[in-house]
Amino acid sequence: MKKIIYTAISLLLMNSMLHAQEKYSDTTEVVSIKEIILIGSHPQVHQKEPKPLGSIDEYLETSAKINMIKRGAYAWEPMLNGMTTERTVITIDGMRIFGACTDKMDPITSYVEISNLSEATISSGQQGAENGATIGGSIDLKRRKTGFNETGWKVGANTGGESNGEQKIVGAEVQYADNSFYFNTDFMYRDAENYKAGGNREVLYSQFTKYNFSAITGFKLSETQSVEGSFIYDEANDVGYPALPMDVSLARAIIGSVKYEHHQLSETIEHWETKLYFNTITHQMDDSKRPVVPIRMDMPGWSDTYGFYSKVNMSLDKHKLTANLNSFYNKSLAEMTMFPNDPNENDMFMLTWPDVRTLYTGLYLEDVIALTAHYSLQLTGSLGRHYNKVASTFGLQSLQIFYPEMTESKQRYLKSLSSQVLLNKKNMEYTLGMGYGERAPSVSEGYGFYLFNSFDGFDYIGNPNMSNEKSVEMNASIGFENKKWNAKLTGSYFHIMDYIIGKPDFSLSPMTIGANGVKVYEQLEYASLFNSDISIGYSLHKNWNWNGKLVFSYGRDNNNINLPLVQPLSYQTSLQFRKALFSIETELQGATKQQDFSPEFGENETAAYAIVNLSASQTLFLNRQKMTVKLGAENIFDTYYSTFSDWNNIPRRGRNLFVNLSYVIQ
Amino acid sequence: MKFIRAITILCLAIFTSCSTDSDEITPVNEVADLVKIQTMENDTHLVELYSIDGQLEQGYNKVSLRIKNKIGQKFVSDATLEWKPIMHMEATQHSCPVSEVTKKPGTESLYEGFIVFQMAENQTEYWTLTLNYAINGVDYTLTETINVPASTRRKVTVFTGTDDVKYILALIDPSEPKVATNDMSVGVFKMENMMTFPIVNSYKVKIDPRMPSMGNHSSPNNVDLTQSSADKFYHGKLNLTMTGYWKINLQLENALGEVIKGEPVGDTNEASSIFLELEF
Ligand SMILES: [Cu+2]
Ligand SMILES: [Cu+2]
Repeated sequence: MKKIIYTAISLLLMNSMLHAQEKYSDTTEVVSIKEIILIGSHPQVHQKEPKPLGSIDEYLETSAKINMIKRGAYAWEPMLNGMTTERTVITIDGMRIFGACTDKMDPITSYVEISNLSEATISSGQQGAENGATIGGSIDLKRRKTGFNETGWKVGANTGGESNGEQKIVGAEVQYADNSFYFNTDFMYRDAENYKAGGNREVLYSQFTKYNFSAITGFKLSETQSVEGSFIYDEANDVGYPALPMDVSLARAIIGSVKYEHHQLSETIEHWETKLYFNTITHQMDDSKRPVVPIRMDMPGWSDTYGFYSKVNMSLDKHKLTANLNSFYNKSLAEMTMFPNDPNENDMFMLTWPDVRTLYTGLYLEDVIALTAHYSLQLTGSLGRHYNKVASTFGLQSLQIFYPEMTESKQRYLKSLSSQVLLNKKNMEYTLGMGYGERAPSVSEGYGFYLFNSFDGFDYIGNPNMSNEKSVEMNASIGFENKKWNAKLTGSYFHIMDYIIGKPDFSLSPMTIGANGVKVYEQLEYASLFNSDISIGYSLHKNWNWNGKLVFSYGRDNNNINLPLVQPLSYQTSLQFRKALFSIETELQGATKQQDFSPEFGENETAAYAIVNLSASQTLFLNRQKMTVKLGAENIFDTYYSTFSDWNNIPRRGRNLFVNLSYVIQ
Repeated sequence: MKFIRAITILCLAIFTSCSTDSDEITPVNEVADLVKIQTMENDTHLVELYSIDGQLEQGYNKVSLRIKNKIGQKFVSDATLEWKPIMHMEATQHSCPVSEVTKKPGTESLYEGFIVFQMAENQTEYWTLTLNYAINGVDYTLTETINVPASTRRKVTVFTGTDDVKYILALIDPSEPKVATNDMSVGVFKMENMMTFPIVNSYKVKIDPRMPSMGNHSSPNNVDLTQSSADKFYHGKLNLTMTGYWKINLQLENALGEVIKGEPVGDTNEASSIFLELEF
């Protein structure tokens, strides 16, 4: 095995073609500009992927619009356009799911596996408002399925290993599909020990174990009608979070849905689908593995969501219309029990999320108008009713300590509007867009009770009296593509009013032992965020491709003070050689020094870094059997580094060698 | 209008007839929410002592009682009473702060008041309760030993102020603390002599709740205790942000706003010299 890996490395390699592909509209069909990330098991990219068994997090991170906040090796939190999950909407096939951790240890993306998914659709700003109110945009993770086709039975197995962290990956899948029925099921298991940062420095508490099982099945009721049922069970145990004071003993999600689809209802109504779904998430934080803690505690959390959407696509002359009516009901509850060092004292108990119920109902409308052969216009609008209620009397009374006048419920309306023009001429494509959107405070921002943030060392108190956060955005892009070159420059600017952020109140005494103080959520007059990226691709030769990417971001509040978690100038470049079923890639990736950091959020200057990755793959066919071998080395020079989005500056992984094998019988 | 009058008369008629009927019905149980502590007795009467949980304890105690005639087994409804608890110490004797004993509003035979036991009994020292009462101009008395065990957490504190006066400060509420804004009340008494403990007026009790097992954190928005003209106790707001053991650090301020006992809690001072405790 070692020999194979070394051989692979000694080859001249390269990696990472951007997996991100953008769908460009052409004159015959108008497509809105959304970024699509194809995920490892996607049939179209299976052979192209440098690391098909990589985590979903690693896939998302390849997008210029996404950064991942890392608190360890597992469950990274995606930021879209520099905004964290409060300001974005992350869905799985349109389903709303909310993590059950008050410390954001379980973003939605941690409850799926690449084997469940085919792609991630990234919509920036208000173009992402279809599944709910957002500021930064949306990420919709699309489930993988064979669909109705005559592929029959297919059985596959995947296995992989990584040298750094000793990650072992085992997966299996069984599929059956014919013209009126399909059934896909898969299982994936990952188990990793502590990883090592550059220089062989072990990062304690970075282990994890994860199981994921998923099934999806569809029946045709008629030529145009079908029903689909989908189920995911995901469980992670013994997950270490080196950047945090606690680990996780259990993170479990059960996600289920039933969908009814009708194609070609009439001349104009092309497609109508309705989905009912539910999901239930259990999260158990645990400090039993930490030898020294000021006080032992248990922090379980639960989040249950029930929802539906009903979506119609219509085509009328030059108009392509979409309407989406959607609703969800979520129940978020989290507790904290602290065990005093004196066993004669009673346990200390509090509700950190006071059983908050959220009922959202919204209608989204979209019209894409083909004005001329080259011009198109996209208009979107949505209106939603957002209702919060604190269902626990205990929790309500706790919050009334801070807000004596607070009532148990609050209702608000969330509005969104956007327009975008797209001009497509010869090799050039231009877009220009504007938007307005609103969002409600998250459960933590509105109702959190002494939530400790280990980055700035403050306990956070929610504020139920906040108004909607509002955003005005502008975006523009220029793209060029010819036989050899493609290049794209995009920029988006968000002016966010009533920007929600925690601000210290030094009159308050922190609950967490050793904390720096208490921050209460409040609203800044405004904050500004700007993101831009440029990507260039060049095919040197029929087998050689070169790609480059540069990302620049900026974020300031109304006093021109830096916002937290703003990406410094970052770059990535890769060279790829592909011939027949063999491919090899090398990648250089890095960032300049982070000078614009937020000391108030606990950030400090993050040094510049650069790392080099290599990978190679070979696919073999043998009758009806197909085997793909991928080998690679990440951070081959074993650089010790951390990025701006590494929580508490935990160092990233040092040199890592990986092998991914997949075997399929069809 | 006429109709309403007719209805009124009809109602009155029904009501009157009903109340005549109910003469035979046994009276409501006036001690339904209470638990008996003990029955004391002399030649003529039995006196039943009650409290919420059937016990007395060091600190503030709300006590109810009723007097039963030994002859006829009827409860007395027209007594005037006073009570005197006495602590029998090895070298001396003293009493404690008490209220008057008055008829409980809305009852026929129940009398109530409070007693603040500033000390608990021990192996050699104990409390007795003397009841002096008069019925129809005839005086009676009765004395018995009562049990006053120590409270698990501090509910009363005794101290000498910078004015050389000895004070007794007792926690009344919250008797059932919650994670919420609790109404807090204390009684402040001064020791005039061994037997007299009048209520102190126009002072202020500053509070600072802390959790010593959690880095001594506090809670926000507490309201210091000031005297109410109605019950003469000191009332304020106590915020408890979680369950567990809380130490309520105190400072007693006199009418001039001078602190006569207690110190502020801070980085260098973990607790005040006077405090009360709550655990839930
Ligand atoms: Cu957690
Ligand atoms: Cu505490």
